[in-house]
Amino acid sequence: MATKKHDTPLLDQLESGPWPSFITGLKHLASDEDQQYAPMVNSLLGQLEHSYETRKGYWKGGTVGVRGYGAGIIPRFSEVSSKFPESKEFHTMRVMPPAGMHYDTKVLRELCDVWEKYGSGLIALHGQSGDIMMQGISSENVQPAFDEMNEMGFDLGGAGAGVRTSMSCVGAARCEQSCYDEAKAMRMVINNMLDDMHRPSLPYKFKAKFSGCANDCVNASHRSDFAVLGTWKDDIKVKQDEIKKIVETLGRKGFNDQVVNMCPTRALSLNDDDTLEIDNESCVKCMHCINVCTKALSVGDEKGVTILVGGKRTLKIGDLMGTVLIPFHKMDSEEDYEWLVELSENVLEFFADNALEHERTGEMIERIGLVNFLEGVGVDVDPNMVTHPRTSSYVRMDDWDEEVAKWNKRKGTAAAE
Amino acid sequence: MSEAQEAPRMPDECGVPDPQKYMHPVMKKNYGAWDWHDRPIVGVLHHVAKSGDEVWTVKAGTQRQMDIHTIRKLCDIADEFADGHVRFTTRSNIEYTVSDEGKVKPLIEKLEGAGFPVGGTGNSVSMISHTQGWLHCDIPGTDASGVVKSLMDAMYHEFKHEEMPNRVKITTSCCQINCGGQGDIAINIQHTKPPIINHDLVSNMCERPAVVARCPVAAIRPALVNGKPTLEVDEKKCICCGACFPPCPPMQINDPEHSKLAIWVGGKHSSTRSKPSFHKLVIAGIPNNAPRWPEATEVVLKILYAYKEGGKPWERMNEWIDRIGWPKFFELTGLPFTKFHIEDWRGGRNALNASSHVHL
Repeated sequence: MATKKHDTPLLDQLESGPWPSFITGLKHLASDEDQQYAPMVNSLLGQLEHSYETRKGYWKGGTVGVRGYGAGIIPRFSEVSSKFPESKEFHTMRVMPPAGMHYDTKVLRELCDVWEKYGSGLIALHGQSGDIMMQGISSENVQPAFDEMNEMGFDLGGAGAGVRTSMSCVGAARCEQSCYDEAKAMRMVINNMLDDMHRPSLPYKFKAKFSGCANDCVNASHRSDFAVLGTWKDDIKVKQDEIKKIVETLGRKGFNDQVVNMCPTRALSLNDDDTLEIDNESCVKCMHCINVCTKALSVGDEKGVTILVGGKRTLKIGDLMGTVLIPFHKMDSEEDYEWLVELSENVLEFFADNALEHERTGEMIERIGLVNFLEGVGVDVDPNMVTHPRTSSYVRMDDWDEEVAKWNKRKGTAAAE
Repeated sequence: MSEAQEAPRMPDECGVPDPQKYMHPVMKKNYGAWDWHDRPIVGVLHHVAKSGDEVWTVKAGTQRQMDIHTIRKLCDIADEFADGHVRFTTRSNIEYTVSDEGKVKPLIEKLEGAGFPVGGTGNSVSMISHTQGWLHCDIPGTDASGVVKSLMDAMYHEFKHEEMPNRVKITTSCCQINCGGQGDIAINIQHTKPPIINHDLVSNMCERPAVVARCPVAAIRPALVNGKPTLEVDEKKCICCGACFPPCPPMQINDPEHSKLAIWVGGKHSSTRSKPSFHKLVIAGIPNNAPRWPEATEVVLKILYAYKEGGKPWERMNEWIDRIGWPKFFELTGLPFTKFHIEDWRGGRNALNASSHVHL
């Protein structure tokens, strides 16, 4: 039986032009007459066209889930279901991808088969928090679709006031700039928080993201409450013969303009013999020179992580960048990864216990002050945590001497090591 | 026994899948042991491992919201050229890895022939990071997929060429929560009128104290209308942010005419060279003009080409503006500077110029 297709004159205009068109894909699904999803997608196109006409959205939330979990499904019920009944339920299932978003075609095809059988045939790779977004499924099909994907080794991601799906960059799998095993760290940290992901009861969402270096390809610094960024402690490795080749290509002026003068801490200098001098103590591991001279420069051997906390977007008090919690921690043994898991657990627990309703980690720190947060999670103050020390003299410092003694003791211990 | 068989299946809380299982074998073999890389041509990354192994990665753009036929087509290409493995980037580009350089060119031809543009590497404009919009969100003021498609059509050349001073990351967001995130250029909904409240529905649908608490400017208070408990908004205080709408759908913030687009520039996530920075408002009041958003596209291109023309090698958008100064930015782009550009939010004084450094 051929269903009558909704006219979509506005959406049709999104089929022209060179970039791949999602409308062409949706229309293809709507025309698969022998598939269960065709009427649903036809109806969806009708509603979307209606949105384009009226410039309004027509989805509302609700409660849909799978047995045992309180999150992972984004329920969508249509407010205009009388006009577009076949897509009256069009929920999304958030499914966590393999760390680093690697797939083989077998597993991708299997996911497509599940969605052909139970869903709309529309899959977003990937959503903004890093989920495979299986978009468009009826309430009754949610459980069997989940069961099949779960049997394949996939689990639902986060939603609501819980731990959210995470992301890690391609990292060690293909990038020489990687400073730790991002996928391993991500899986250890997140898989330790699954209870708070699947049964959300936190004050608000909690996100962790994992980038292998300061280039921050997964946008951890701003887009996560707990940002793990790779870095290193020793010297940048230099192949001077390769530097000379780059100088030859760019010219001395070009090399100075594009490499030396763009160093944020003036740590670079081109020697008269076209070799590069690096003031490694001043280097902040920003990656610029290494990005430009990929063959000549590389990260050091003493690798580890810098951890930032509190990044978030607008709601409610405004944007916050993550700020330094741990300036450096080496990452080479199993204990180091376990340390990371424990730290993330401490931060999450402190957040769960102390944040107000609908308050993110960064907002909580803003409200209680960084020092109280540090005491709560058991981390000592460090000058790397600030852009500059205090400028206001309005502060009470009764126990100044005790704090100085603590600092001296820490410095003494560090020196003894 | 029969009871056990009939017990409902409970989830296997298996968490994040291990990628090793799905990874291209050469990546797996050289995991954590890569040496250097270069970009032989646009859209291709060439990585060399310490073992001497080499891989070429071909990157192609997708529409992100993909039908299963498109995904299967992408899989067919992976089976033919890339040993049956693919990877996706955070910006919905697909990556094929080949260990035989000879496959690079035919793979590119295949992808281009199938309608997937190859590019997005190095100093190009990559795919726009993307929210859900009218297609699936419960609070959208616009349709991200449509805006993105329209913009990527207009910036197609810039995806396929590395002609920018540095990489350009563009984002879109369908409400002021800004799920798209920071961008060198961000195209976001900006509401301009307070919510229109359906008082009959509020008490049934909204947890009123939570809605009151969510308002950033304390403009919402409980009220009684026609004998029913509801909420009211002090419209003079209201900043039209829409934060009350998600927890309370009867407080409709989206308006076909008055929900506009605003464009922001200079957001940067990385700590590369300069520290990460937030994007800044440069223009608002752009009509939310579906289905092709020509006015927004025009402004984005104007900003993009001013940067392309004036940015020095490796300057990101914010770094270019830091050098030339905001007066020059507004002059080059022809955009107006108004009282609304001056920050008056928390910490706003930090955004003022406390020096005699002026660009004349």
